[in-house]
Amino acid sequence: MSYSEKVIDHYSNPKNVGTLDKSKKNVGTGLVGAPECGDVMRLQIEVDDATGLIRDAKFKTFGCGSAIASSSLATEWLKGKTVDEALSIDNMDIVEELNLPPVKIHCSVLAEDAIKAAINDYRIKNNMEAIKFEGSVVH
Amino acid sequence: MIKFPIYLDHNATTPCDPRVVEAMIPYFTDHFGNAASRNHPFGWQAEEAVDYAREQVAKLIGADPKEIIFTSGATEGDNLAIKGVFDMYASKGNHIITVNTEHKAVLDTCKHIEKLGGEVTYLSVKADGLIDLQELEAAIRPTTILIAIMYANNEVGVIQPVREISRIARKHGVLFFSDATQAVGKVPVDVIQDGLDLAAFTAHKMYGPKGVGALYVRRKNPRVKVTSQMDGGGHERGMRSGTLNVPGIVGFGKACELCRLEMESDNKRISALRDKLENALSQIEESYVNGSREHRLPHVSNISFKYVEGEGLMMGFNKEIAVSSGSACTSASLEPSYVLKALGLGDDLAHSSLRFGLGRFTTEEQIDYTIEQVTKTVNHLREMSPLWEMFKEGMDMDKIEWAHH
Repeated sequence: MSYSEKVIDHYSNPKNVGTLDKSKKNVGTGLVGAPECGDVMRLQIEVDDATGLIRDAKFKTFGCGSAIASSSLATEWLKGKTVDEALSIDNMDIVEELNLPPVKIHCSVLAEDAIKAAINDYRIKNNMEAIKFEGSVVH
Repeated sequence: MIKFPIYLDHNATTPCDPRVVEAMIPYFTDHFGNAASRNHPFGWQAEEAVDYAREQVAKLIGADPKEIIFTSGATEGDNLAIKGVFDMYASKGNHIITVNTEHKAVLDTCKHIEKLGGEVTYLSVKADGLIDLQELEAAIRPTTILIAIMYANNEVGVIQPVREISRIARKHGVLFFSDATQAVGKVPVDVIQDGLDLAAFTAHKMYGPKGVGALYVRRKNPRVKVTSQMDGGGHERGMRSGTLNVPGIVGFGKACELCRLEMESDNKRISALRDKLENALSQIEESYVNGSREHRLPHVSNISFKYVEGEGLMMGFNKEIAVSSGSACTSASLEPSYVLKALGLGDDLAHSSLRFGLGRFTTEEQIDYTIEQVTKTVNHLREMSPLWEMFKEGMDMDKIEWAHH
């Protein structure tokens, strides 16, 4: 199986690798996957209190190239969106953008789950109710 | 000058030695006869070439040429040995003992035997990948007809104590079959001293062509017979019908001869390179060598680099360096290597493993470059691994409630 150019590009030059201060109230953190499954993604968003826009997004991922690329792409898409807009990111958009083969679709699902988990973490910290997502592994 | 790409996956397959190819070529064009054609020179020539190759193959493992049955490869050999014994010795019993780190060609054949009403015991291995001989002996029943245990493992290179196994088998009057695919041509295999009754191996793991292999079937003390699994012209003493792959067999013979003559000097050089690679990569923090280092093939090293995932790791250099991984992501299934799990590795370490298989044409420059690239990529990926960050912060990852898919 060969990788698409876009996957290789994100793998070689990942965007937004890093860590945000998870103790801050305007930072939401999502940690999904499990080491036993071969994929763990941590995705973080930092929301601008004044504008409500996602000012920064960072990730760290343990996984294959497609998992790294999916999370790298997700952080790029998150920046500049409102939290509500971020909820509209669908895993199939990631599949399409990165040209992921069927065996790698779970990487995109994990990225979508990570976004949702980060948003819920942010909502809970800011006294909003967590959103219940159907068919998702996010707790 | 380093030769690219660097091939370090010799347990998967080996390149054909140019001397092997040279020996084969006339048998495609000039000497194309069917070895079963008894009435003209074309057939005689082919038969002569096959006879000579049979001697070359037999000599490598200390067998008599009459004990060599040519097959299409080790998978066929494994099937023929296990199913053939099960059929032939049905009146003696229906129980087979094997090990859970065997190749799928053995394990799936045993599963098939179970469907046919046979009984199979799957022994587990110790942390070093070796079987427990007492456990083996205890598993033998009055109905046991076959012990099927590989000579050397394809993923970690661990060599089983075949001589002790054969002694136990002899003592109880049970046949011993060994899938010797990874061992023949790589380490000295001697069917007499090792006490093998049946052994399967293949040309393409020892610098010969793909599509040709052999099953060794002992002819005396005891005389072993297998029921053929393919009906036809009764070739190969009735055990394996089908027109012989003459060019392939000629190449196989030549490959065996080269291994016999060059194994010792090759191994000295290859194991030194393997040790250099392994020692250097072991310097990386949180890296673990998998399987026994003492009882092991000279050209294999299987290492887990904790907190990075194997496929992601290979992607960092796979345009230049070919290795393989025990990670699930490398195959269609999502389960990581069952062999590494049988050694007691957690799924996380199994996902983080790379197998390096060196070979006859591997150079020191290639190994130096590999050390450099693997080290660089492990460090690069750990920089983006949340698990590495948690480890560095001293977090106990076993206490985290992971969201399992």
